Amino acid sequence: MKGIKTTIAAVAALLVAGAAQADPVKVGMITTLSGGGASLGIDARDGFMLAVKQANNPDLEVVIEDDQRKPDVAVQLADKMIQQEKVDVLTGIIWSNLAMAVVPSAVAQEKFYLSVNAAPSQLAGKGCNANYFSVSYQNDNLHEAAGGYASSAGYENAFILAPNYPAGKDSLAGFKRFFFGDIAGEVYTKLGQTDYAAEIAEIRASGADSVFFFLPGGMGIAFMKQYAQSGVDIPLIGPAFSMDQGILGAVGDAALGVKNTSNWSKDIDNATNKAFVESFVAEYDRLPSLYASYGFDTANLLLSAMGKANVNDKEAFRDALRAADFNSVRGKFVFGPNQHPIQDIYVREVVKEGDVLTNKIVGVALKDHADAYASECSM
Amino acid sequence: MFTLFLEQLLNGLQSGVMLFLMASGLTLVFGVMGLINLAHGSLYMVGAFACAAVAAWTGSFWLGLMASLMAAAIAGALVEILIIRRLYNRDHLDQVLATFALILIFSEGTRWIFGSFPLFLSVPEFLTGTVVMPGDFQYPLFRLAIIIAGFAVAAGLFLLIGKTRLGIRIRAGEADRGMIAALGVDIDRLYTIVFALGAALAGLAGAFVGTTQSVQVGMGEPVLILAFVVIVIGGIGSIKGALIGSLLVGFTDTMGRFLLPHAFATFLDPASATAIGSALASMLIYIVMALVLFLRPSGLFGTEA
Amino acid sequence: MTMNRETFINCILGLALVIVPLIALGMDEPFIITLATKVAIFAMAGVGLNLVLGYGGLVSFGHAAFFGIGGYAAGILASHALNYEPIMTWPFEIEGTTQMIIIWIVALLASAIIALAIGAITLRTSGVYFIMITLAFAQMIYYFAISWPAYGGEDGLSIYVRNGFPGLNTLDPISYFALCAVMLGLAIAFSAVLIRSRFGLALQGARQNSQRMTAVGIAPFRIRLVAFVISAMITALAGALYADLNRFVSPSMMSWHMSGEIMVFVILGGVGRLFGPLAGAGLYIILEHLLGGVWEFWQLPLGVLLLIVVLFARGGLVGVLAGERKHV
Repeated sequence: MKGIKTTIAAVAALLVAGAAQADPVKVGMITTLSGGGASLGIDARDGFMLAVKQANNPDLEVVIEDDQRKPDVAVQLADKMIQQEKVDVLTGIIWSNLAMAVVPSAVAQEKFYLSVNAAPSQLAGKGCNANYFSVSYQNDNLHEAAGGYASSAGYENAFILAPNYPAGKDSLAGFKRFFFGDIAGEVYTKLGQTDYAAEIAEIRASGADSVFFFLPGGMGIAFMKQYAQSGVDIPLIGPAFSMDQGILGAVGDAALGVKNTSNWSKDIDNATNKAFVESFVAEYDRLPSLYASYGFDTANLLLSAMGKANVNDKEAFRDALRAADFNSVRGKFVFGPNQHPIQDIYVREVVKEGDVLTNKIVGVALKDHADAYASECSM
Repeated sequence: MFTLFLEQLLNGLQSGVMLFLMASGLTLVFGVMGLINLAHGSLYMVGAFACAAVAAWTGSFWLGLMASLMAAAIAGALVEILIIRRLYNRDHLDQVLATFALILIFSEGTRWIFGSFPLFLSVPEFLTGTVVMPGDFQYPLFRLAIIIAGFAVAAGLFLLIGKTRLGIRIRAGEADRGMIAALGVDIDRLYTIVFALGAALAGLAGAFVGTTQSVQVGMGEPVLILAFVVIVIGGIGSIKGALIGSLLVGFTDTMGRFLLPHAFATFLDPASATAIGSALASMLIYIVMALVLFLRPSGLFGTEA
Repeated sequence: MTMNRETFINCILGLALVIVPLIALGMDEPFIITLATKVAIFAMAGVGLNLVLGYGGLVSFGHAAFFGIGGYAAGILASHALNYEPIMTWPFEIEGTTQMIIIWIVALLASAIIALAIGAITLRTSGVYFIMITLAFAQMIYYFAISWPAYGGEDGLSIYVRNGFPGLNTLDPISYFALCAVMLGLAIAFSAVLIRSRFGLALQGARQNSQRMTAVGIAPFRIRLVAFVISAMITALAGALYADLNRFVSPSMMSWHMSGEIMVFVILGGVGRLFGPLAGAGLYIILEHLLGGVWEFWQLPLGVLLLIVVLFARGGLVGVLAGERKHV
């Protein structure tokens, strides 16, 4: 009697496991593919789709839409993905303000959201959610690491600047959280500002021994070019965004030698990363960027969960995601209690390899770093 | 502090001079043809991309600069002949819609051709580095060169309009559009030339600015808004107004960003002083513009009501 | 009774707006309903703008400011209500609310006060100066919203649950569409009555010949100011509806792009036509939806199509279909 019961249980388990392999997963990717910020979304998409292509899993379907970097469009696309496409998982958003518009309502509707980039503090602390995973980082991480690096490199008087919007304020707060020297000056620039002569003049006059800047996209390109032209030689430190592969070419030699903090670099020494860089170059004929690496990891995380659990069994699928049982291009990959990664953050230096500007790891800024908001998350 | 103040004045001057290149073309086109051209920023972008592409290809910034002038002028002339010419007799609304459509076409077309990643463009070798200015501070040589080049262009423009036959026709066109046709001037050609001239100025500005900023799609939009602010402050159609307006906006913006946070810091804690000061600084030029128009509803040098 | 051709076209447009979502409901395509709701809301913002732009000849390039003010009225009131934080406690306590009707009243009042202040200054100018000074004020409000941290700054503000309307499940897409469509209908009806009233005639008179109006003892400035305020209020109401559609509000609702888009809806559909904004918003959103799925560079053909419309379809969509010139 007992024997039969066990057999039935085993058959049932087999059936469930069989079903887990069979249920297809539909992913909705909302990202920026047109307009000024398109290069980031394109990289994230290409990285994601590279992993999808390599896995060649017929159960995985991806729908991609362009949010034009407009929050209202992103919300409407999320509605479309959820109501009409009936996706199981959402991903792809690059910008924090778009994430804040989409993620809270999507996870409340029991959809999984895997972030390929944006990870605002609101979603890491009180607003954390069991269906929300950040594969990239928490927004403050790279800024905190820059602060940590500046302290350990012996800088004592930093001039800090960022655009006047929430991510900019978070950035300076993150830097100060791990920087123990003095602040020689603190400047908020206009969002989208293109001329930094006034700020550079202040930097020159400030007597600082280091400059921390967070100016994503075109703002950073403009700042670094103008900084190099100004002849001010106080060392620059920044998060990886302004020294990313996609825009280094546009900055040119002005970026040489700049120290930047990143959780990924193309020279992180592991087999997955090596294969990723090679296959990305082979597929798209350019070096991968940070965003491409996040996209690649996100897809592989999802694929690993698909191999372990049925997406319609939310609890099991969530556990499978949480286990993060995949080969990350960053080497080891662990989620903290608020489902943001706990990871090493490196210091990189911009170097020239032949004619191509790229980054080289020169040290570790923070080891096994978790974010500052995890304790506020009750999950 | 005093040398910093001097340096910031110079920065304001440089940003004003750059704005003038954009604004003069815009105001010229409006003054002569009565056309509101929202796509002026796209011509600026065309100049920057042409300069970056040619400079990367040939290795010469000067060839790039030539290319920026020519590409923008040709693009301007084509746009005028194919599209804008049909809009002179329409009201401003049709012009707004058509040139709005042109922005979409130029932006996405550029992205189609050049890709989504920003391009590289740098200062020519012999203009890199800094010079020591009176008051004992270092100033980037290239910014100094931009100031000089900008004033040279301004002077050239004033000469062109004040002393040449073309200038006489342009002024006649501004004064009375019907009259110059009656005088037997080939008005189609005049309009194409003026439009191409305005476009070339914008393209030149794009190339200059591209060396210090990011050459990317959409780069023309913020500067377009600023140029409109300038010509409205100066009085639409007035080159002199555009010059004064440019300098006013350049100084206001630079000095506002520099001084406001310091001013607030005298009675607020540093963090809120920086935040409030910067917030106010980003609104400052619009406040100045509203103030000017409140006192003089057709700008400083405007003629029409 | 014969029907004027424009009236006929207006009926078709109105019918299309109602029928398309109903078909979508039948075919279980909820996103089409969302798009139709978006069309209704944008059209309403356009109806507001059309009042000053079409009938008053005043080209406001800053109506996104009012659109955003309406949106923030919804966002701020709802966020206070959801967090149980009073908006102010002194001298008397004001609580937030999730009732649309109260939100709308606040949106109308707030936009009226701000439009009165902006209008009083901007209406001293005319022509291109007016275009640019309205833009300047909108930019000031935009930058203020970005850098003001209390309500999210550039990140914007989420409304986690769509605000409520008595007797209606606003979360149901078709119900919310119905609400927005009715509001659009009311706005159009109100415009129709207004432009035929003495006030409306005076407004149009001021556009055509402001000196004559002054001569017969009507002050164009006051007429225009009232029209500007009413126009802002309608656009603000649309903004409140848009915030609830997205359950989210952010400064991007106030950007100059948004002002441009609202203007494009009006011009595309037909300036000074009652149903012009509906035709314009409808066409624009259909194009955006169809092209967006096809090609990464979809804004290129969109631009070309807009250009063709402006060059060859004078008087906008309604103008071409109705086949008669409205005014010069």
